[in-house]
Amino acid sequence: MKETQPRIGVVVFPGSQDDRDAAWALGALGAEPVMVWHGEEKLPALDAVVLPGGFSYGDYLRCGAIARFSPAMRAVTEFAEGGGLVLGICNGFQILCEAGLLPGVLRPNRSLQFICRDVAVIVERMDTPFTARCEAGQELLIPVKHGEGCYHLPPELPQEQIALRYAPGDNPNGSEADVAGVVNSAGNVFGLMPHPEHAVDPLLGSGDGALILASLVDSARERLYARA
Amino acid sequence: MRAVVLVRPKAGILDPQGEAVESSLRQLGFTVGEARVGKVIDLEVTADSPSAAHAEIERMCERLLANPLIESYEIELAEDA
Repeated sequence: MKETQPRIGVVVFPGSQDDRDAAWALGALGAEPVMVWHGEEKLPALDAVVLPGGFSYGDYLRCGAIARFSPAMRAVTEFAEGGGLVLGICNGFQILCEAGLLPGVLRPNRSLQFICRDVAVIVERMDTPFTARCEAGQELLIPVKHGEGCYHLPPELPQEQIALRYAPGDNPNGSEADVAGVVNSAGNVFGLMPHPEHAVDPLLGSGDGALILASLVDSARERLYARA
Repeated sequence: MRAVVLVRPKAGILDPQGEAVESSLRQLGFTVGEARVGKVIDLEVTADSPSAAHAEIERMCERLLANPLIESYEIELAEDA
């Protein structure tokens, strides 16, 4: 079984919070999670990387602004530029935007309040390595928990890069065009504000997040086979 | 050399903090137009000349202190070195 387990790195920054939940969920879905400390200058052999949620470097200056300069992020940027699969969840999404690996930027919520609740999101793209287990137009119930999730949409961003939107009427933070998740133009980097790792078991309210993480595990496994 | 960097949300960028400040001021009876909230960063830099300091701080702004997508910045150098 071991040889079919893709290795998915979870980068741990000072202030990361959801790294262990992400690792647990990836493990439960058939991957081998590998924790990567933010000070590491080189990534171990990995088939995908997850940047977890939390408050890296205390969210000082701007969310993700300081984390993007950590040694591990330099390695993740190289990994992404080489076509490697990178998923950023919440703070991970903020870091990817600050690092320029994803377009746009996440700003304080329209309400200025920290929001922690389940939201309905619509899958706009199912032809990505992160959403292949979903159906186009499928509605997923996944929790958000953030103070700065209001996506500022660069005017030139092609519509097809908006992979996930909040369902009509369920935009929690004032995100432009209801954006909940964005994929890069090459399709190998994806960031989203909702937390799929907190929705992998119906016992905890929803299992819908598993569709996203299992898509990633499938895609990482394909990379593993391609390497072998 | 001491410098002050002012970082502001660009025009047209949603600024909910500014809006909250604006409405609070109005509730207190003040007559105000639009309010915007930015950041002040006080810096101490070592440089051979004011122009060298300015250029160095500009690089800091572009790389870290401001996000050029949504923020503009201004650099003020203190007269006394």
